[in-house]
Amino acid sequence: MGMNLGNLTFEGYRRENGRMGVRNHVIILPVDDLSNAACEAVANNIKGAMAIPHAYGRLQFGADLDLHFRTLIGVGSNPNVAGVVVIGIEPGWTGRIVEGIAKSGKPVEGFWIEQHGDIATIANASRAAYRMLKHASRQRRTRAPVQELWVSTKCGESDTTSGLASCPTVGNAFDKLWENGNTLVFGETSELTGGEHLVKARCRTPEIAARFQAMFDRYQAVIEANKTSDLSESQPTKGNIEGGLTTIEEKALGNIQKIGRKCLVDGVLDKAEVPTHPGLWFMDSSSAAAEMVTLCAASGYAVHTFPTGQGNVIGNPILPVIKITANPRTMRTMPEHIDVDVTGILQKQMNMDDAGEKLLDCILRTADGELTAAEILGHREFSLTRLYESA
Amino acid sequence: MTIHFVVHDEHDSVGVVVVEGLKAGQELTGWVMDQDRMITFTAKNDIPIGHKLAIRDIAAGDTIIKYGVDIGRAVAPIAAGEHLHVHNVKTKRW
Repeated sequence: MGMNLGNLTFEGYRRENGRMGVRNHVIILPVDDLSNAACEAVANNIKGAMAIPHAYGRLQFGADLDLHFRTLIGVGSNPNVAGVVVIGIEPGWTGRIVEGIAKSGKPVEGFWIEQHGDIATIANASRAAYRMLKHASRQRRTRAPVQELWVSTKCGESDTTSGLASCPTVGNAFDKLWENGNTLVFGETSELTGGEHLVKARCRTPEIAARFQAMFDRYQAVIEANKTSDLSESQPTKGNIEGGLTTIEEKALGNIQKIGRKCLVDGVLDKAEVPTHPGLWFMDSSSAAAEMVTLCAASGYAVHTFPTGQGNVIGNPILPVIKITANPRTMRTMPEHIDVDVTGILQKQMNMDDAGEKLLDCILRTADGELTAAEILGHREFSLTRLYESA
Repeated sequence: MTIHFVVHDEHDSVGVVVVEGLKAGQELTGWVMDQDRMITFTAKNDIPIGHKLAIRDIAAGDTIIKYGVDIGRAVAPIAAGEHLHVHNVKTKRW
């Protein structure tokens, strides 16, 4: 006992806008599906640059298009990124994303393929990526108080051990980070079903509670309008059921353990919105792991905590994902995916405070530069949330 | 001493198996977390790790309680020590 977060620091990268990052990526970001090939060619030319291909960006409109822009601009603006090369099929939407990222103050350049072709675009974008790598390699880690670290959470392939131990471990760490004034987020709107009243009761003000309830009700309406069953095998997933979770209510009550016992919900975010002050935020979001973690990256979070029961293997291109498990079978069969082993809790060999501090220690080591299991194994799942069909 | 199953709260209907290879007829030691006390049970089925056993007799239609909260309804009678899962419990929500 007695980890005093107020006295601790980490070594990260101070970005132009003042935010602290824990990685120093140069990313090659496509505006749309058509530009993935050029982005991958640039990343192949310039060693150390990373392409982030995705499936969307054409004929989207309205709120769905706004979310597309907000997500890509947010990812480019994330403090774990040192510089960005944006490539789109045409100049208009490419320019919108470049302008959005430029507000962060970091180096960003845009290129488009029409009237140039892939080969000239790749050549020009590769020269830009070369300059970005030079810039990134000059950055040095500097010390900052732990309070400046933004930490997100979302669990996956949960089972009953998640609710018993790995989610409460995150909750214990979140209680400590929240008291320390950190900026935190959780989400997974549909996965609060059966425990939504408990989250609502934790909202700091009646206004925040009302916004939370409105987001929850909207998501329920989507499910009611489209469901063809009780969603068993989708939510809870096949893997959840294999792991012993029976109903969405049971899964939700385990999930909610991640917000600990003291944290209050200090604000509510729409998808990929950036928090405006410290505290615990709820973000309206899918419960699918890659979608939710991508949204956390877009909101500016620097380290992610991910409890798993059955062994979800997810990572993210720019946001280090720390895996925590309490399931001894998962620890035995797939240990290379797990960063924090809390199986001892279920045999009374480790208490929750010890587990929380073990996780906090891993969060700080990750912030200082130690690679996560998902980073070492090359997991870079990047999944954009869609609200409805393209036009 | 091995803990075979864990219960969140003594008022819950269920415990969670936390060891692999649990067999019908096995004498089980359970840990009730919130009250920090130990209980014993006999397993009525083979129950995989992570799956639940009933820690009281449950009638069809009864509400199942875990974490002290409603997690669904029984659709068949379930005896104490029996495997409790999607074959005998359903959501009330969707």
